[in-house]
Amino acid sequence: MTALQIIFLFVAAVTLASAVMVVSARRMMHAALWLVLSLAGVAVIFALLDAGFFTVVQVLVYIGAIAILIIFAIMLTRKAMEDVGPQLNRGWWLAALAAVGVFAGLAVVLVSWPGVNASAGAGPDANLIVTFGKDLVDPHKFVMPFEVASVMLLAALIGAIYVSVEHKGGQK
Amino acid sequence: MIPLPWLLVFAAALFCIGLFGVLARKNLVAILMGVELMLNAVNVNLIAFWRYFSAAGEDSTRAWTFVAVVLVAAAAEAAVGLALIISVYRRRKTVVADELNLMKG
Amino acid sequence: MSFWTDPIAIIENLISGWLAGLGMGEGWITFILAFLGAAVYALVVMLFVVLLIWVERKILGRFQDRLGPNRIGPWGIFQTIADMLKIFTKEYITPNGVDKVPYNLAPMLAVAGVLAVWAVIPLGATIFGANLNVGVLYVVAIGALGELGIILAGWSSRNKYATLGGFRAVALLVSYEVPLVVTLLIPVLFSGSMGMNDIVFAQKSMWYIVLAPVAALIFLITSIAENGRAPFDLTEADSEIVAGFNVEYSGLKFGMYYVADFMHTFTIAFLFATLWLGGWLGPWAEKYPMLGIFYTTFKAWFIYFTILWLRGSLPRFRIDQMINLNWKVLTPLALVMLMLTAVVNHLIPAGMLVVRILALLALNGALLFVTGKLLDRFAGQTKRVVVALEPRPVARPEPVATESGTGV
Repeated sequence: MTALQIIFLFVAAVTLASAVMVVSARRMMHAALWLVLSLAGVAVIFALLDAGFFTVVQVLVYIGAIAILIIFAIMLTRKAMEDVGPQLNRGWWLAALAAVGVFAGLAVVLVSWPGVNASAGAGPDANLIVTFGKDLVDPHKFVMPFEVASVMLLAALIGAIYVSVEHKGGQK
Repeated sequence: MIPLPWLLVFAAALFCIGLFGVLARKNLVAILMGVELMLNAVNVNLIAFWRYFSAAGEDSTRAWTFVAVVLVAAAAEAAVGLALIISVYRRRKTVVADELNLMKG
Repeated sequence: MSFWTDPIAIIENLISGWLAGLGMGEGWITFILAFLGAAVYALVVMLFVVLLIWVERKILGRFQDRLGPNRIGPWGIFQTIADMLKIFTKEYITPNGVDKVPYNLAPMLAVAGVLAVWAVIPLGATIFGANLNVGVLYVVAIGALGELGIILAGWSSRNKYATLGGFRAVALLVSYEVPLVVTLLIPVLFSGSMGMNDIVFAQKSMWYIVLAPVAALIFLITSIAENGRAPFDLTEADSEIVAGFNVEYSGLKFGMYYVADFMHTFTIAFLFATLWLGGWLGPWAEKYPMLGIFYTTFKAWFIYFTILWLRGSLPRFRIDQMINLNWKVLTPLALVMLMLTAVVNHLIPAGMLVVRILALLALNGALLFVTGKLLDRFAGQTKRVVVALEPRPVARPEPVATESGTGV
């Protein structure tokens, strides 16, 4: 085993363990903190796969924005969640069964897929970010998804503001 | 290099843990956290396939576009989802999914 | 290469040669060197803060017509060391009812979030932690750790004021990040790279503060807000919420927040110098990289003094004013600035430097003028809400004894 593989196994174990804590921690705030650790683990895995750009973006978007938003939401709704009583639905074992089933199915399908033994080719060239930036605004390449994503973000922004604003003057 | 099956199994496990969170948790925010985990698993998969199949090829930025769109979708989903949760909390004083049964006959 | 041209490379070679002599593998040597470098770098930055705290207190004292620290050592220069010793020897208090793990984790995150930025700040042509090709993004991303430190501190303390302070801090950080990131894009636009060292190299022809002064100003304002420093210090407005998110911290844990705060200011100064003032560029800086450290530090001191000056002169914003300033002035201005700069930058070829500078300067001036006019117009229209209770008897300034019988 190379050092890279050992690092991967360690990081993957930490990530999965903290993901389990996210779905099982009783206190919401702790779940959110485990989520941060889990997202950071995914960022490290991106780094191991030579996607430095997405490592940074992962930290920026997930930890810097989404995790902070989630923590904010937990703080705003804390009174309702004094974290008493069971945090899982009564049928949680069904959910567990479904998750394990999906995992088994995915694992079998993936491992029996012939392309799975592909070995990694040469690493990406250093200027991939530049190419990526140019491709995103290239009409023959990905300008369409780029614009759709932008419109989606704008719609989400407006929608979030509209939904969460307090409508004064009685029920709406 | 890391064997590809390890990465894929890791991503599948992360996805399923997220799925369990979505299905089993009571709290709306926790459900949202589960969705985030699932989206992350998808991104791990996309990046892994990119690294193993097209990192140095001509279409090396195609996978990145997918990942970027997933990231944007995750951000949009978190913003709208949390806005909805806060709005629901303000009206019903609860964030437990089971108690939001107004539409039940 | 003599010792004085590039001492760091020579020391590095010495150590790696010595380690290779001990029979270590290539990978381990790189690892140990990187580890040593990071440790020394972090230590130097941290020790610099000791001096910095003294400087800040001294200068601020002068601004406020005081002497500042003046007891220990010449000009009170050892005051910080005395304070440090005091803080080290204090008891570690963990209040009842706090959430232990986040409570103890938060100060570390706060310091780490600031210290990690130094990894990408180039101090000389060859002296930098790492020349990441996404350096600018990294700086923004790592700032999230600091936010996390603050929000965790506010939440885990189980204290009303701490939670309020945490809320304020995060509202401030999240909203001010928007114009900050937008203005950070302008150096990226000019240089065509997100690597910090490349940005410095690209400023050889002209510093970016000349090309985009308004953006530099917005960057300065938003960075001060990110730091939570006066006039944006509502996170720790002592007259409103005691001391904000760090009320429940004492001893060394409080000290970590204190250090993080000062270090953050200095980091901002360095970032500003790197992005807008040409970083380590200066006469002979490329030949003798050590000179670069001197140039960067000199430029950073200048910015640092400006930040202190602002802190010493401006009163604190109210929270609504602060949010309004961000969303109604800085964010639109930064966005318009970015778009217009991109257009002008594209229209005028890079060769015509003077034309470019003049066009961009004219653009900046016009933008400032229009913003000022618009602000004037809307400032006249907004209704000023007078927050006052019914009139109360006011304590008389005169001694009561001289006015017998008034009953005041």
